[in-house]
Amino acid sequence: MAPTEAVSRIGERFGVQPALDGRTVTVTVPAERWQELGAMVKTELGCRYFNWLSAVDWKAEGLEVVCRVEDVEGGLAVLMKTRLAPGQTACPTLTGLWRGADWMERECYDMFGVVFTGHPDLRRILLPDDWEGHPLRKDYAVDTAHPPYR
Amino acid sequence: MAVKAPTPQVPPPVWGDIKDLQEWEKYRQERPDGDRTSQALAQIADAIHHLPGGWIVVTSTEKIFNWARSSSIWPVTFGLACCAIEMMATFASRFDVERFGMVPWASPRHSDLMIVSGTVTIKMAPMLRRIYDQMPDPKWVVSMGSCANSGGPFRHGYHVVKGVDRVVPVDVYVPGCPPTPDSLMYGLLTLQEQVAEFQKTGRRPEPSPATES
Repeated sequence: MAPTEAVSRIGERFGVQPALDGRTVTVTVPAERWQELGAMVKTELGCRYFNWLSAVDWKAEGLEVVCRVEDVEGGLAVLMKTRLAPGQTACPTLTGLWRGADWMERECYDMFGVVFTGHPDLRRILLPDDWEGHPLRKDYAVDTAHPPYR
Repeated sequence: MAVKAPTPQVPPPVWGDIKDLQEWEKYRQERPDGDRTSQALAQIADAIHHLPGGWIVVTSTEKIFNWARSSSIWPVTFGLACCAIEMMATFASRFDVERFGMVPWASPRHSDLMIVSGTVTIKMAPMLRRIYDQMPDPKWVVSMGSCANSGGPFRHGYHVVKGVDRVVPVDVYVPGCPPTPDSLMYGLLTLQEQVAEFQKTGRRPEPSPATES
């Protein structure tokens, strides 16, 4: 599907105005419609390739979950964003749509503390199991000395 | 709209519970039943030393022992990061530390030296400490490169041990990022000089505590 057509279809269904840059469509939806957007992008727009998922900490404005999926053959990429309310960490999971979202969401939970509701196995993936805190949050003090080795 | 999540397919954890592993490590490091072999050796050496003329025997045998130790230092084959590439180059035929009696040995049980070549993360530190504990006394540690010396460029990261001397006692620090094979060879020769002056068979000092961050 052409990127311009993808922009119009997302716009009329979700009532937002997606930004278009080359072949990348950037769209922001509320967290309640996160899975709906994922299902629509995968089934209707054909973005079957899950590229990456991460988060941004906007301090007092809360967290933002960012995810990029692509249609490799069709030349379309969708950058999906959702803003969580300040203090809120729950976000719907995308593992039911893309199986590759599993580890990316585990890493996002590990680094930012975003709790993906419905995720089958939400554990830490990179840091040790007994780690305290989420180090890529802006309020995490990196130079805190923790015994015995840190 | 709700999307059904897939059924969990969780593999069994390799280490079981991490708390069990930590308790086991703590037990191993504290050694509640004591280090009887080292104590017996120290008592025998003391007894010979206090005999009339015994100090001649002790010092001359220690010279022989130290000559043997310094000319057959076997480093354990153990690389952590990009410094390990330079370490491999040092072991290979162009620089060839085997002419100093150093053979990279693939078992900590037979090794005398641990070259910490690279960044030590907090997750890796207990495993490094375990390899160190598995090596028989007497044993030495060379800290290779900025990361192992002080944390290096990753010092202010959240996950890096700020110097491997917080985990194991270090004998020689080799600076560089990474050190060239010449630097590492100079460090190893410096270690050989230290080993030739090595006096006791017994205990190692504890790692220096983390006083500042």
